Amino acid sequence: MALQSLDVTRRSATTTASPHQRQTAEVAKLIDVSKCIGCKACQVACMEWNDVRDEIGTNVGVYDNPPDLSGASWTVMRYSEVETDRGLEWLIRKDGCMHCADPGCLKACPAPGAIVQYSNGIVDFHEENCIGCGYCITGCPFNIPRISKKDGKVYKCTLCSDRVAVGLEPACIKSCPTGALVFGTKEDMKHHADERIKDLNERGFKNAGLYDPPGVSGTHVMYVLQHADQPHLYHGLPKDPAISPMVSLWKGVAKPLASIGIGLAVLGAFFHYIKEGPNEVKEEETEK
Amino acid sequence: MSNEQNLVQRHGTNERLNHWVVAITFVLLALSGLALFHPAFFFLTNLFGGGTWSRILHPFIGVVMFVSFLALAAKFRNDNRITDADREWGKHLAEIMANKARNLPEIGKYNYGQKCLFWVLVVVVPTLMVSGFIIWQPYFAPAFPIALVRFAVLIHALAAFIGIIAIIVHVYAAIWTPGSIRAMTRGTVTAAWARHHHPAWYKEISKGVK
Repeated sequence: MALQSLDVTRRSATTTASPHQRQTAEVAKLIDVSKCIGCKACQVACMEWNDVRDEIGTNVGVYDNPPDLSGASWTVMRYSEVETDRGLEWLIRKDGCMHCADPGCLKACPAPGAIVQYSNGIVDFHEENCIGCGYCITGCPFNIPRISKKDGKVYKCTLCSDRVAVGLEPACIKSCPTGALVFGTKEDMKHHADERIKDLNERGFKNAGLYDPPGVSGTHVMYVLQHADQPHLYHGLPKDPAISPMVSLWKGVAKPLASIGIGLAVLGAFFHYIKEGPNEVKEEETEK
Repeated sequence: MSNEQNLVQRHGTNERLNHWVVAITFVLLALSGLALFHPAFFFLTNLFGGGTWSRILHPFIGVVMFVSFLALAAKFRNDNRITDADREWGKHLAEIMANKARNLPEIGKYNYGQKCLFWVLVVVVPTLMVSGFIIWQPYFAPAFPIALVRFAVLIHALAAFIGIIAIIVHVYAAIWTPGSIRAMTRGTVTAAWARHHHPAWYKEISKGVK
């Protein structure tokens, strides 16, 4: 919610500048997949802090539980068993909103102020402004937003914007027992990631690296991956995510051009009438 | 002109009612659709009880328009076959628009412009229905792959744009040509109007009377 310590720099469906006078540091969550033990403490912390409880589901045969993100599950652990040159590996990725610097959801959203981006980089949904159209789902390159079956509004990870606003770390970070989750300024997180990657390199993970995809101008949730050259190994994490060109065309050039076109058509018709006058039946014809 | 004998029947009661169901739903759809297309039009959601109500109502109104359009298209289909005379008429469009046309080919019940509108809508309306179905939240959109939904929103916007432009031309043509609107409100036009704008049609119906 729009607390004063969170300056909104971008608002959905708004064509003028949002207030961005103050300069605040960009924050980021760093998820070190190599340190994750899959305990799901972060899932529990997320539920607790945000007061969301998903329906009790069924075991789908793998550790993924709940099996997918939903209106009440804003983060889920994705478990992938893959064979690499190192043999069988169990890759566990905490899935959720990536808080893109160039957010497709925000660009696609037609409801003013339903999606905002704070100057610290967090992308937040203001559900009270959400109309439930699902356009944000088309805009997201990571398949994150979910429409709630309860209220028809769309939900996702807030990066605990309410906690961050008062100087706390997100709930998931606080709960992580292994230090796989860390939070701080984006710059600090990159430095931290560099050290982690160096360590992984020394342990034989030659392709270890940071996932901070440039296709969405970087993200405010980043991963340290053992196999950064093959992000798809981690439950289909996209290699080069970007806003779909369909959505860019629709919400980019089409939106203003079509609006102007409609206005010009009306104006053209009016001026045609003024210039040429009506297409009347001549009087002599009437008298026939 | 108040003389009853000078009026000829152009559209029957069912055609008129059907036409106005399509027209009213089209306007409602255009307003609620534009509201969600560009933020400059978002204020239009107030006409429908807010953004969420606009989103809920739009597709249901769309189904009403689609069904009533099908009925109307079935009624008008035969009178909208494009002929050689129509194509010839089309070549004189600039003169017609300047009110300077002379010696036009004899036009039947509908002219080339009206027929083009008809066929544009025959393509646009079902396109809107199909693409609208694919993006209809929360009922149907989740059943389709995301790439298809993305394609459908783009196509929906494009088809709507073409449809809105076509209807602006349609409405203006009716205003520009005095005596036309009563064909869809009262159902009749003056004999002089029919002779001037649709001579072949006038001949045809006069034959029947005599």
